[in-house]
Amino acid sequence: MSTEPTERAAQAPAEAVPAVTPRTAGAKAPAEIVSPGRTVTLDGLKAFYGSSEAVRGISLTYAANEVTAMIGPSGCGKSTVVRCINRMHEEIPGAHAEGSVLLDDADVYAADVDVVAVRRQIGMVFQKPNPFPTMSIFDNVAAGLRLSGRRGDVKDRVEQSLRGAGLWEEVKDRLSQPGIGLSGGQQQRLCIARTIAVEPEVIIMDEPASALDPISTLKIEELVEQLKTRYTIIIVTHNMQQAARVADKTAFMLSGELVEFAETEKIFTNPDDSRTEDYVTGKFG
Amino acid sequence: MIAPVAARRRRTDQVMRAVLLGGTLVALVPLVFVVYYLFKQGIGAISWDFFTTDPTGRFLGPPGGVKSAIVGTIMIVGLAALIAIPLGIGVALYLVEYGKQNVFSNVVRYFVDVMTGVPSIVFGLFIYIVLVLTGIGGNFAGWKGSIALALLMLPVVTRSAEVVLGLVPNSLREAALALGAPRWKVVFRIVLPTALPGLITGSMLAVARGAGETAPLLFTAFAVNATTWNLGEQMNSLPIQIFNDVRQPQANIVERAWGSALTLVAMILILTLIARLIQRRSRFA
Repeated sequence: MSTEPTERAAQAPAEAVPAVTPRTAGAKAPAEIVSPGRTVTLDGLKAFYGSSEAVRGISLTYAANEVTAMIGPSGCGKSTVVRCINRMHEEIPGAHAEGSVLLDDADVYAADVDVVAVRRQIGMVFQKPNPFPTMSIFDNVAAGLRLSGRRGDVKDRVEQSLRGAGLWEEVKDRLSQPGIGLSGGQQQRLCIARTIAVEPEVIIMDEPASALDPISTLKIEELVEQLKTRYTIIIVTHNMQQAARVADKTAFMLSGELVEFAETEKIFTNPDDSRTEDYVTGKFG
Repeated sequence: MIAPVAARRRRTDQVMRAVLLGGTLVALVPLVFVVYYLFKQGIGAISWDFFTTDPTGRFLGPPGGVKSAIVGTIMIVGLAALIAIPLGIGVALYLVEYGKQNVFSNVVRYFVDVMTGVPSIVFGLFIYIVLVLTGIGGNFAGWKGSIALALLMLPVVTRSAEVVLGLVPNSLREAALALGAPRWKVVFRIVLPTALPGLITGSMLAVARGAGETAPLLFTAFAVNATTWNLGEQMNSLPIQIFNDVRQPQANIVERAWGSALTLVAMILILTLIARLIQRRSRFA
């Protein structure tokens, strides 16, 4: 069908991890919860680009302090869904969403809700690392704080965030150098540091490792594992091995609809829906 | 064995290279001659007195320098830049950030294009009718010349700024918005700094264009011999000085015109160099 199968094939040899190993199958102890994240609930979410309906009514719950992966072929609407959660979808000209997205009990689409406040609570990491080119490493991390209007000493927070993103040791001696001078993987961790500096409760990652090499990918995945002790994490990925490695639960989407949502292990070993099975076993992409 | 380049193709390549080189040289001829004559005719007029004395206005004896014209040009163009650059960038910001495709911005875009093509004398006449004949703040005044020049510079600034702002990657806007930045902060902290080098270049282009204009100043700032720093009075300027001097029969006055032209070119060159230095310093990597 599309380019997807070749994409996956290209990734496969680089990944030393055996094909599909649901992380729940491993002996990893559950991470200790440091601060409770928030539950995100989608209720009949529909998303449109102009008049074309990209997401056709999805309902599901992202549990707090868990990693939920969104998988599905290109164009199935998984990115659109997550962009609706922090209301970034509506930034695209002509796009709008219907239905509701609840952060615990509060509807982020309620009429009196401040979009800016929503985005401070629900952070986002993008597919391509996008550090601000005019800013130093330090300023990039501080940017989130300054842009969202916090004043005062941001130094400690920058260090904390860089440590949180596993980047501190690599950059602590060159904080004043430009952020775009870092490698791709470092840039992406810089973007993660920038996101967690604002102290959101939910972090959305839209294919955060798809532009990175395998070693950087692994670092990001380890980071995701640590971050869920503080945040609710939603990760969109093309890479099923990645979903299997990092996610507690996995949602499979097809043509704008949610086909199946369950424990990651179940999705990859014993899915209820035959389409899920066909997709995770690589019968179509 | 790999086939060598066919003789025919090699010949065609050589002919085309020669044609392109020839074209470039032809285009360079007038440029070189302008600079050459400017130096040849103008350098004789340049002396310390040339910059430090005003034109005497006498027909016989030493004609004096062009201090009043230099001061006038700096004052008039400076005020015009202060008006046109913020306004022009503001219009461009509206067009790029807020009114991407609505009818109003398309109309604005169209009129900006039309304004670019309006002959400069029309702006002079317009200000003459609106501000000089009506006697607002006296009759002829430096600031009226500034407004005429600002009108001339406005579309140049707007057009170039719109292009440059449009080149700022959308991913940076999204990154900032997703951090919970209000739109105005995204514009001032991210978009403008990223586009700064281009904005400076465009603005310098407009200043250079404005500084060389004679027609808009003829009916607005008029011309006097004495130096004034007061924009409310009639003011001399380099283009007007050249215009008046070159029509005189005395050789030494015509020489002063050449000297003025050389001075004007040098001033613009220095300004451009300063802008380049600033923008190099403000940019990373």
